[in-house]
Amino acid sequence: MRPEVVSQPPAATRPLVEEFRLGLDAPICLTWELTYACNLSCAHCLSSSGRRDPAELSTEECFAVIDELQRLQVFYVNLGGGEPMMRSDFFDIVDHAVSHHVGVKFSTNGTFIDAAAARRLAGMDYLDVQISIDGATSGVNDALRGRGSFAAARQAMDHLADADFGPFKISVVVTRQNVDQLDAFADIAAQYGAQLRVTRLRPSGRGADTWHDLHPTQEQQRQLYHWLLERPAVLTGDSFFHLSALGEPLPGLNLCGAGRVVCLIDPVGDVYACPFVIHDEFLAGNVRNDGGFTSVWRESELFTSLREPDSEGACVSCGSYDACQGGCMASKFFVGFDLTDPDPECVLGHAEPLLAALGTDSVVPRARVDHSRPGVSVPSPVTLRPTRRSGA
Amino acid sequence: MDPVPVTLADRLVLHPDVALRPERFGALAYHFGNRRLSFIKHVDLLAVVEALDGERTVGEVLDSAGVDSGRHASFLTALATLSDSEVLCAT
Repeated sequence: MRPEVVSQPPAATRPLVEEFRLGLDAPICLTWELTYACNLSCAHCLSSSGRRDPAELSTEECFAVIDELQRLQVFYVNLGGGEPMMRSDFFDIVDHAVSHHVGVKFSTNGTFIDAAAARRLAGMDYLDVQISIDGATSGVNDALRGRGSFAAARQAMDHLADADFGPFKISVVVTRQNVDQLDAFADIAAQYGAQLRVTRLRPSGRGADTWHDLHPTQEQQRQLYHWLLERPAVLTGDSFFHLSALGEPLPGLNLCGAGRVVCLIDPVGDVYACPFVIHDEFLAGNVRNDGGFTSVWRESELFTSLREPDSEGACVSCGSYDACQGGCMASKFFVGFDLTDPDPECVLGHAEPLLAALGTDSVVPRARVDHSRPGVSVPSPVTLRPTRRSGA
Repeated sequence: MDPVPVTLADRLVLHPDVALRPERFGALAYHFGNRRLSFIKHVDLLAVVEALDGERTVGEVLDSAGVDSGRHASFLTALATLSDSEVLCAT
């Protein structure tokens, strides 16, 4: 979500962030993973994608969800996966959405954007395309996303440019290995007239296995913070609000919107609080249930509780709490912290003792859902440290 | 860059590509063309935006919405911001 927060007197009676914290009757936008199928096996995949799930929503069920989103005036959805273009009805779903005034932004690894697909995409209104790369060079990218993935993404960008798609987005998850390439990413984006979007690595999905070695160091976090402050045009999905504890807040909403203003619908229709918490603990319901998505959003116990005031925790007494809001729920959860603990990437170092106490044999939560393809090796950018997992 | 100022004599209307979603604080305004989301952060401002018809002047609309002159400046600033993000357009 990247709303253009307009400074707009007459002054609001209550800060917008406070309004959002209480939750809205419908999400501002949401992420909808269309399939768990993916041709890649990225080492940090937050949905552990690979194989299609036989219970994935049918075309008709997808249309019904879109109709519901239209009624709720959810103006746009972020479609993802897996690789959403692996669904044979991908264009039907996109067509149905945009013709029902539900705008689409979709994330893809670009493999399936050939010249013809690029022309088709360029001919559609209300559509944004976001191509993922996690390195500005094939060396850094492919180590994380798999051999050939950088070339495939660049080829997709070339096709979009040739088809005059307009300003598409290039999406980068910031890691320890690519943080020094931020300027190079910006150069690639500039070369295409594209918009650069950088987001935060979460220890979700397969990312749980790689996070400890991939997440930026404290020094790199400071570097990233200053780089972003100087470049307000770079999109972030407001995902780096934990960095705001370093000083001046970053532009955008400094708020965890999970279950309050955003959520995730997964390929089988399960509704989670956000894209980074695919785990039963954060499962609110399913769009196939009576009442559909609307009643999950409005009435589920989980979402209702997320809209209540924050519970007491270690962070509440910290002077920077207003700036970082205690950080990211998903990051805490999947490294095995309590939700009242500091963010594992707390820029003030408050999580260091907790991280140090996590041994190599620490038991951390593991999602019930894993669609990784058996027998397909996951790129291994670094030597992985073994972690033992609890069952659910 | 500051937005182009809006005056009481201007005539504005909601951009045809913009949809409003009323909320307790005001509204979400989404522009399907440029895909920008804006927040209308006050219910009084929403009432004014909804009343803009491109025929009456901004001053006339503010009067009809019961916005007293002491608040005109703040409303003009807000309308200028909304025009700048193409939520509103001139007629």
